[in-house]
Amino acid sequence: MQELTIAGFGGQGVLFAGKVIAYAGLAADKYISWLPSYGPEMRGGTCNCQVILSEGSIGSPLITKSDSIIVMNKPSLEKFETSVKSGGMMIIDSVHVDVKTKRNDVKAIYIPAQKMAEELGYSKLGNMVMVGQFIKQYGEIPFDTVLESLKNHISQSKAKLLEANIEALKAGYNFEG
Amino acid sequence: MSERFLMKGNEALAEAAMRSGCRFFFGYPITPQTELAAYMAKQMPKNNGVFLQAESEVAAINMVYGAAGAGARVMTSSSSPGISLKSEGISYIAGADLPCVIVDIVRGGPGLGGIQPAQSDYFQATRGGGHGDYQILVYAPSSVQEIVTLTAKAFDKADEYRMPAMIMGDGMLGQMMEPVEFFDKRDESTLPEKPWATTGTGLKREKNIINSLYLKPEELENKVIARYKRYDKVKEKETMFEEYFTEDADVIIAAYGTVARIALSSVRLARQEGFKVGLIRPITLWPFPEKIFAKRSETAKQFMCVELSMGQMIEDVRLAVNGKCSVSFYGRTGGMVPNQEEILEAIKKLF
Repeated sequence: MQELTIAGFGGQGVLFAGKVIAYAGLAADKYISWLPSYGPEMRGGTCNCQVILSEGSIGSPLITKSDSIIVMNKPSLEKFETSVKSGGMMIIDSVHVDVKTKRNDVKAIYIPAQKMAEELGYSKLGNMVMVGQFIKQYGEIPFDTVLESLKNHISQSKAKLLEANIEALKAGYNFEG
Repeated sequence: MSERFLMKGNEALAEAAMRSGCRFFFGYPITPQTELAAYMAKQMPKNNGVFLQAESEVAAINMVYGAAGAGARVMTSSSSPGISLKSEGISYIAGADLPCVIVDIVRGGPGLGGIQPAQSDYFQATRGGGHGDYQILVYAPSSVQEIVTLTAKAFDKADEYRMPAMIMGDGMLGQMMEPVEFFDKRDESTLPEKPWATTGTGLKREKNIINSLYLKPEELENKVIARYKRYDKVKEKETMFEEYFTEDADVIIAAYGTVARIALSSVRLARQEGFKVGLIRPITLWPFPEKIFAKRSETAKQFMCVELSMGQMIEDVRLAVNGKCSVSFYGRTGGMVPNQEEILEAIKKLF
């Protein structure tokens, strides 16, 4: 079972990042739950979602200790740093987070996702760069499955951004820290 | 396996309602159930149905009253403060013996309270909420998939017993996405006949009257007694629950909805550590599955109720075990949700 928390500012695409992973899990025939924070923090403040990918049915959809966290801003690192299991993983956007984690019992990956997205010409797709790197580290969902499920589930209004999302995912997947 | 969709609880409920033949939805937006109304707004017109955002919750429930009287499958949805506003109308609908489905995606209260998950409307749902002698069916799903099956059932049972049925979830269940499979859309020609509905006599029958006013006390008493005879049948035939590890359990946890899932995770952890603990999950909150609690009180030593409230279902558990076991309580309220470790600790303290 993989318990993943994704956190950042509202507007960074935190919930969508979780959905992309959840849809990919669905396509890979896993059990999934996706639980958003839905408080007023969604409008401008910090925002997070919890995704569970499992081989069996999922009990509590609430994550207490994460196997992995994807961190897209500094307040989120402060909030979720201690909740990662020992031996777990942190994927941190090093553009938005200018500090290192204090934890030395986890695998920390620093990826300049925001900068990489901007270099591709899509300043809002840092989230997909992060997802790409997560998929690589997680290793249980083929990358092609992620791309395929994204194609199937992207909304019509965002369909023109499909190629951009795929490019950002690839950049994140191919990033070597 | 049929196609699996990844959907929020709120959206899956709306889809299941339409597939069950719900053609009318009247609502008023409120967090955390808004996605349900939004889904209806988009999909109802494509399904030959009516979506109407009313000017208030009071208006919405009275539109439900009208559509139900005309024999339609009709639904409204809201969250806690909105259900308080609808309660007068629900009492009228129950008093007129009309079927409808009401959704309550519960948030913290009282008053405007908060918008995070809660179960503090258990009393409101199971003790009426409005005035008068009446009950409504109350279904408490614990997963998005169960939302779908219970929504279909709620429409069928509401029609069968001519009474309102409620789907009671919490904010977490409404907001979370899980994979879900749907049943095929119901062929509307297979829906039950409603010979009592006010559909126009066509000069071929006596007129039907929809009414909850009976000024002669003898008449009103007879009406209420007849209704309670139906409720007896509902209690006998429609009670639903699930139980886990109860046969040899010294301690039995009672929990419903999403909390039951969290509690089940705690029970599994406790079992791994050798604690003899089980779980009963009521699926219908009214009728309450009192028989299984009575049965298990013969062998268990104690019960603990876990709720997102200050303790409401615990009263039904106590009534059901009837003094045979002690019943303790663990809960969080105001939108706080306990995690599995927290409940595990509470379980261990009982040993």
